[in-house]
Amino acid sequence: MVLDSKTPQGPLAEKWNKYKFDLKLVNPSNKRKFTVIVVGTGLAGASAAASLAELGYNVKSFCYQDSPRRAHSIAAQGGINAAKNYQNDGDSVYRLFYDTIKGGDYRSRESNVHRLAEESVNIIDQCVAQGVPFAREYGGLLDNRSFGGAQVSRTFYARGQTGQQLLLGAYSALNRQINLGKVEMYNRHEMLDLVMVDGKAQGIVTRDLISGEIESFAGHAVLLCTGGYGNVFYLSTNAMGCNATAIWRAHKKGAFFANPCYTQIHPTCIPVTGDYQSKLTLMSESLRNDGRVWVPKTKELAEQVRKGQVKPGDLKEDDRDYFLERKYPSFGNLVPRDVASRNAKEVCDGGKGVGTTGKAVYLDFADAIHRLGKDAVQAKYGNLFDMYYQITDENPYEMPMRIYPAVHYTMGGLWVDYNLMTSVPGLYALGECNFSDHGANRLGASALMQGLADGYFVIPYTLGDYLAGIGPKPVDTSHPAFAQTKKDIMDQINKFLAMKGTKTLDEYHRDLGLIMWEYCGMARNEAGLLKAKGLIQALKVDFWKNAIVMGENEEMNMSLEKAGRVADFIELGELMVDDALNRKESCGGHFREESQTEEGEAKRDDENFAYVAAWEFKGENTPSELHKEELIFENVKLTQRSYK
Amino acid sequence: MSGNMNLTLKVWRQKNAADKGQFVTYKAADISPEMSFLEMLDVVNERLVKGTQDPIHFDHDCREGICGACSLYINGRPHGPKQAITTCQLHMRSFHDGEIITIEPWRATAFPVIKDLAVDRSAFDRIQQAGGFISVNTGGVPDANEIPISKVVSDEAFNSATCISCGACVAACKNASASLFVSAKISQLALLPQGQPERYRRAQAMVAQMDKEGFGNCTNTGACEIECPKEISLTNINRMRRDFYNAKFFKEEEIN
Repeated sequence: MVLDSKTPQGPLAEKWNKYKFDLKLVNPSNKRKFTVIVVGTGLAGASAAASLAELGYNVKSFCYQDSPRRAHSIAAQGGINAAKNYQNDGDSVYRLFYDTIKGGDYRSRESNVHRLAEESVNIIDQCVAQGVPFAREYGGLLDNRSFGGAQVSRTFYARGQTGQQLLLGAYSALNRQINLGKVEMYNRHEMLDLVMVDGKAQGIVTRDLISGEIESFAGHAVLLCTGGYGNVFYLSTNAMGCNATAIWRAHKKGAFFANPCYTQIHPTCIPVTGDYQSKLTLMSESLRNDGRVWVPKTKELAEQVRKGQVKPGDLKEDDRDYFLERKYPSFGNLVPRDVASRNAKEVCDGGKGVGTTGKAVYLDFADAIHRLGKDAVQAKYGNLFDMYYQITDENPYEMPMRIYPAVHYTMGGLWVDYNLMTSVPGLYALGECNFSDHGANRLGASALMQGLADGYFVIPYTLGDYLAGIGPKPVDTSHPAFAQTKKDIMDQINKFLAMKGTKTLDEYHRDLGLIMWEYCGMARNEAGLLKAKGLIQALKVDFWKNAIVMGENEEMNMSLEKAGRVADFIELGELMVDDALNRKESCGGHFREESQTEEGEAKRDDENFAYVAAWEFKGENTPSELHKEELIFENVKLTQRSYK
Repeated sequence: MSGNMNLTLKVWRQKNAADKGQFVTYKAADISPEMSFLEMLDVVNERLVKGTQDPIHFDHDCREGICGACSLYINGRPHGPKQAITTCQLHMRSFHDGEIITIEPWRATAFPVIKDLAVDRSAFDRIQQAGGFISVNTGGVPDANEIPISKVVSDEAFNSATCISCGACVAACKNASASLFVSAKISQLALLPQGQPERYRRAQAMVAQMDKEGFGNCTNTGACEIECPKEISLTNINRMRRDFYNAKFFKEEEIN
């Protein structure tokens, strides 16, 4: 099968505008004859549901949380990029496009990324009109900051909670449509399967997380806006409930999964303290602007620090290794996320880590406090220091912070064409759950931008083209495919409920996470990946034999919810390993040890790997089939990143 | 491990909305002070499951204090003994070895218990659906910088907007009033120029829905403000009242 990206012809800057004109429109009086199912209510889902309802479509919207406002977009801290050039500092749509393509290490589509940069400016207008309280200057206009190493100030922000404010904006637009009766909202409903009729996506099967009722819903199209799959690693900055079940089950129904091995590991998270750890908390990347990263120079010194015999502040300058400044003199502590993360893991694996577990490095503000004064540091980072103090009980004004990398974002996801349609007709993927715009590495403040661009400004156009094509023929759940899918799900649930083994679901999930982190994290090699594949396969067999699932279906049952999610994580984990095995190059967020320069830096292989790896599910315990979409660069010249 | 604690938990267990419910006592042995409160419950639940007992159900998601899903009435206080944090940010170092910890769900008629410590807060969604928005469609809006807003006003709107809809204000209130929550939502939009055209209609609609959901009245006790994890100020309630009375007495022509 040849993957058709449907990338429009013509000059880059004109593609989207021309394409929009070429798309078919649905007659205004026909829009109400279509039903669209939207799964997930984060930035992508809430904005899509609201915008489609405004156009006149009937929307059914689903989330597993008790309220749409709790989707994990809410937790984004830093900001949202837009090429407004309000600061007159040389920004432009083309520069945002270029930075995003380069940041993604040339593994994304030019056409999609340019569209994202074009729509970025509309997002800010939309959010302000909704009442999103972005930071402002005294003159009353919007403030911007530079973020994630960008050379222009294009990031709009709302203190440390930009995600919450943007999501509340989209949620308010969604609420308005619920109030008008155009959106039917289903809280505490988890999508468990996709229903296919005549080769097209035509509905979903859900479980009501309170009553356990298995229901099916029909629609002319299904939009998955279900976020990333970082929780495959067990510990991540994702919310506890974030899961891959919707996209994984859609994958099993025919949607190709693209670049599953592309995960982003964020360098500045609060380290793990023990086995009971349930999640990791991100500390904004902005901290690296003033903090200096270091570890004790020798293993012996590190051990003394770990045992509390020596205080970090008492170590002489000569006894410290500022490893980022040493290795990357021109970028120092501001090297990109992947480089910072990899080096931190490397020094810890070499026995120089600090903290009780040895899995942490210092992020030290002593120099900044000395240089700028405590008040200035507090003004810049006060809320982050407070958060750190709250979690660790250590005062970062007096002790260096301890940080360690953590899984934060997944660039991979369901393969989509320019319309955001997956390889299944009528099934779309928006936001983090698609693979589309960030290549092999996402830049800071770009995730919010993509979620909202997809939902507000792309899908309202591209979905119309599909719906106009299939026509407003009514759909309902009477087709036998609905009953069959429901039965399949009921069978699976009964299978789970019969599992009365000895090992808890969290234990399996933790085991999977450790395998993934060790062998399929920021640095990989063939031997390790092959080992991981064997370990995951064994874990899967053991899971179905020995896991404990509690309770019944007809009740709120967190054990049953978890069972399905962990089963899917295990399978997805194996596909991630397959993808990592196939990609024998280092690029973006991951380092393939066999592919490095003489200096030990990541070496991309454009000749052999400038493609999107899209995997097709071929059946249980059968190898997936790889399809390649070649990436064509007509506008940017591929260069090797260097931060020396 | 040394420094770990042995605790006694008195936990509200209730199978479903129809069940009467009761306190059940559990031992929580060997709890590290580094654990978060919810991680402590995770550990207790793992042990329950190993003993084939139903785990304690509670709502939670982001575990970083922003999604508003976690609740819990701990030793008589919403989100536990510390101020300005959510339960997921509370750590076990705030407790001591041998302590008895009582854990209840939010108690309010408008928040019926679903199971154990999980309650139904969909009333909050319905209040916002009634009017907590600015009626603009996607597209066709002015450039963002065409609406200058004083930094002071914008910051104050932001302060109101930090509400995470957790419901601690309702749980803290002897009347189970939702005034702090509703007023924060009304204030955010009432302060901003974009919110003016629908200001009075919004206040009326949201207050009406609040009353319909069965929340109690506000009697200016202020417990809500003290227990709010985001430190939402009581001033919001004054703003809500002002807009509500204004709407009732002077702005009828703007409402219909």
